Amino acid sequence: MNTTVVDTGTDEKTWGGGNNPLKASYGKMMMWFFITSDSLTFSGFLAAYGFSRFKFSEIWPIADDVFTHVPFIHGNYPMIFVAFMTFILIMSSVTMVLAVDSGHKLDKKRTTIYMFLTVLGGFIFLSSQAWEWSTFIKGDYGAVTTHGGNVIHFVDNDGNRVALKDFAIGQPKEREQHLNKNGLWFTSESNLPSYTFEEVVAGFEANPNLLVKTTYTDPATGHKTILSRNESLKELKTKGKDVVEGANLVHNEYGPPLFANYFFFITGFHGFHVSIGVMLNIIVFFNVILGTYERRRSYEMVEKVGLYWHFVDLVWVFVFTFFYLV
Amino acid sequence: MAGDAHKLEIFRGLVKFKSNTQKIWGVLILLSVVTAIEVILGIYKPEVLNSHFIGMKLLNWIFIILTIVKAYYITWDFMHMRDEVASLRRMVVWTGVFLICYIIFIILQEGDYVGEVFSNGFVKHDF
Repeated sequence: MNTTVVDTGTDEKTWGGGNNPLKASYGKMMMWFFITSDSLTFSGFLAAYGFSRFKFSEIWPIADDVFTHVPFIHGNYPMIFVAFMTFILIMSSVTMVLAVDSGHKLDKKRTTIYMFLTVLGGFIFLSSQAWEWSTFIKGDYGAVTTHGGNVIHFVDNDGNRVALKDFAIGQPKEREQHLNKNGLWFTSESNLPSYTFEEVVAGFEANPNLLVKTTYTDPATGHKTILSRNESLKELKTKGKDVVEGANLVHNEYGPPLFANYFFFITGFHGFHVSIGVMLNIIVFFNVILGTYERRRSYEMVEKVGLYWHFVDLVWVFVFTFFYLV
Repeated sequence: MAGDAHKLEIFRGLVKFKSNTQKIWGVLILLSVVTAIEVILGIYKPEVLNSHFIGMKLLNWIFIILTIVKAYYITWDFMHMRDEVASLRRMVVWTGVFLICYIIFIILQEGDYVGEVFSNGFVKHDF
């Protein structure tokens, strides 16, 4: 039984693939080489992210100002949610390696349970990331963009962020969103922000306790520079151009457009890897239940898919560092 | 490929586990502690660590080193790199480390230069 499933009639033939040159099977070695090349892809992305950070080092947003949300809880809690996500992924790595371990002992029951927990961890991580994305896209306070493409944030006297909706004053306006049912059917535009630039300026003038927080980091404190009231008015009126709420690939309320682009691209590419990993894990999970590996007397497939799953965790460790910590 | 084929000591033999399962939980504790340190440093950002060292904040160096520590234990113990033969280990790790160091060096060097041109030079971007 063993030989009919595992081997392809090439045993002991050196040039037929019957040997294991590095004491690792063909499949396992190829998984390692795939991981090497995939890690180069990810380092290419992260290096490109680093390039833009060095290029825009003064105006790059500070992660603790951007990722501050925790589901079901209001308030300002940087790092907490993403630490939770990291822990989930490490935990599912642990259940994976436990599944591999039980597989070595040919323990079908335990392998099944651990594979199930791994898949579950993968789903929790993916839904957390979906929540993270939707919060990021929806935005929080809103901002004004300048002609040069920078963003301007608003704070009160204590340095707390103030949302546009809390101070913008409605102005008579004639600007309507162009929908494709109203004119040329093949043109339309994206949603307009809730407030116009004029409304924000009017609101800012009417509230003397508001200040402008520029996008420039003060090298001494590591925080963004807050201007005095007079400078704030000048900054807003001379440089301000548009209102932006949330984030898309064209502009975002957090900082340079590239910031959101990299966020979507790198965490998206990682999330794509996680989805593939969950899919492979589900396939392996059913194969374990059906007894495929039991009949082979070898659970090596669990180990190979496990390598991929750990790699996904490994990449997240780096994404976590470079997007949320550094 | 029996369970007893695993190398069970970490920290160069300082800590030796009784079984592979025990080692897995031990490594989990280590990874959790390192992550917790990172998160706490990330939230409080102590002033002392704001000083610069080779072009980057001391704090950022700490984060990157801790990340590499985590990557080491994930690869060595979860992916069982510790149990592979040295030649496979070197093929995978040295290739990656060399190429990654190379791309990071050239790209960050260039990014720093472009940033200098932006801030000291002839491009106006704040208007």
